[in-house]
Amino acid sequence: MTTPKIGRCRGLTHRSREAVYGYAFVLVWIVGFALFTAVPLLQTLYYSLNQVTVTATGISLEHIQWQNYTRALFTDPTFVQLLIEYAIETLVAVPIILIFSLIIALFLNLKFRFKGIFRTIFFLPVVITSGPVIQELVAQGATSVPGLAISATATEYIAQLPDYFRNPIEYLLTSFILILWFSGVQILIYLSSLQKIDQSIYQAAAIDGASAWESFWKITLPALSTTTLIVAVYTIITLSHFSENKVIKYIYSQTYAVGGGIGYASAMSFLYFFVLFLLLTVIYLLLNYRAKRQFG
Amino acid sequence: MRSYSFTSPLNRHRQDQLKGIFLGNRTSYGLLFNIALYMLLIAIGFVYLYPLLFMLVTSLKSPEDLLNPMVQWIPTQVYTGNYVKAYRVLNYPSTLLSSILISVIPSIIQAMVCSLVGYGLARYRFWGKNLIFLLILATFIIPPQTTVIPQMLTYRNFGLLGSIYALILPAMMGQGYQSAIFILIFYQTFLSLPKSLEEAARLDGASDFRIFVRIALPSAIPAFVISIIFSIVWYWNETYLTVIFLEGGIQSLPMQLSKFVQAYENLYPPGTVNIFDRLNEAVKLSGTFLNILPLLLMYFVLQKWFVESVERTGIAGE
Repeated sequence: MTTPKIGRCRGLTHRSREAVYGYAFVLVWIVGFALFTAVPLLQTLYYSLNQVTVTATGISLEHIQWQNYTRALFTDPTFVQLLIEYAIETLVAVPIILIFSLIIALFLNLKFRFKGIFRTIFFLPVVITSGPVIQELVAQGATSVPGLAISATATEYIAQLPDYFRNPIEYLLTSFILILWFSGVQILIYLSSLQKIDQSIYQAAAIDGASAWESFWKITLPALSTTTLIVAVYTIITLSHFSENKVIKYIYSQTYAVGGGIGYASAMSFLYFFVLFLLLTVIYLLLNYRAKRQFG
Repeated sequence: MRSYSFTSPLNRHRQDQLKGIFLGNRTSYGLLFNIALYMLLIAIGFVYLYPLLFMLVTSLKSPEDLLNPMVQWIPTQVYTGNYVKAYRVLNYPSTLLSSILISVIPSIIQAMVCSLVGYGLARYRFWGKNLIFLLILATFIIPPQTTVIPQMLTYRNFGLLGSIYALILPAMMGQGYQSAIFILIFYQTFLSLPKSLEEAARLDGASDFRIFVRIALPSAIPAFVISIIFSIVWYWNETYLTVIFLEGGIQSLPMQLSKFVQAYENLYPPGTVNIFDRLNEAVKLSGTFLNILPLLLMYFVLQKWFVESVERTGIAGE
């Protein structure tokens, strides 16, 4: 591992020479992070504490402290409602996507004919899922499970449930295919992790008399705990950043609305970020706890 | 009656064989399992394809078929009029070209920059590397809504709003759409490559940048292909940022699709056209299909790359 010191770096030790080149390679990212993420983030934070009015020459700011936040949380009836719906829908969708993509990955990990065709189908949604396309498909009723959402007794029963139960169930019925469509990358992540599990462990377990069922719970699942965490985080992020997300659409509409404005939208986007972060933390703690318990 | 209680070894063997065929043995899963497996896969596959089939069938229905409740899955005739209308409404050649431009150019630039950063992170030890990883993760988590407004205002000040530079500049700085994932892909790739060639080149006096370009990059070509393909797809489908940054300047296909109704009524004003030329779901779905058609074509040509190299490059980022 010794590297000879080359001409222009004679004055530096090996270690600091390495650091200099390392920084040189990532410098462009650091500058970009400052320009396109850190500074705008701080600016948005600043806007959120102001009443922002767009004028012909630029923007004018009027400091109003936390009023944008209190308005979003206590005065605006829509925003909090949408936030709660978003949180519930995400918490409903994530386990479904996790379990579904794991099952599909387990299937695709078996040996059978025409595997390529099925893999192609299951991965197709990743390629075509975009906001306007989904919007059209949902509007034409192409994303609900055929025959399930229109069953009269079911709809009658659901209509009687309280709002917070009804909404997630309706969401499930009308967007079931949509939820499955978000499993494409997740299936691949699971699949690649499944293929990394050492086959000799299964053979050893089989010799000791373990059934396939037992080795799934005792070998496969524990080995996938880190992957599950990654998949869960990825799923939450994709669902939350998707442009058809109700909260995002509301924030966007408020940016240009007469009563809203940039300051108010900034405050709401920070609140949204906070909820997203909370969701991530909840999922992380939950899965991490499980992972620890399985190994310890 | 003795013959029943006594099974000859030959018989026993045949029984085992039959059992093997149906229930599986050491080498195959067995017929029953296979039937169940295929049925499940076909069922799930159908659920997956259902929206697409629905879209394709509906888009080929003539206005009469749409009104006829008897016609569900098989149109009485293949009617292409919807596509002709959708093609005009979407302004297809021009929006297609801009969609290709705004997805391909930033993707290539982004892949190049991400490979640079990934290489730096994989091959050099320096202080603050963990912090950089944390920040990369942060760029993945932070919703675009929290950073987009100041960016938009800055672009407006520089007159970049509505030009492709609004997408190229962040990509050049490794802050493009989903850059974090691509940096991690390259990081993984370079980490898994053996160092020996690079060390040999260093002994021969090659500079670090030269080593990167001449030795590391060529061996990371699969990572490049996968990054560029995914990036193209994600840039193509991204509408939130593109609407904010490009509105008024460049019109991409998904952007045009999102205001399909408005554009349709401009071309075919509601009061002036006859009932069969009114906007219906078949025309809308034709537009949707035209929108995803280029991606579908790309997917079917490159699908080997899509699925297999994801497994190889480990998009999981473990």
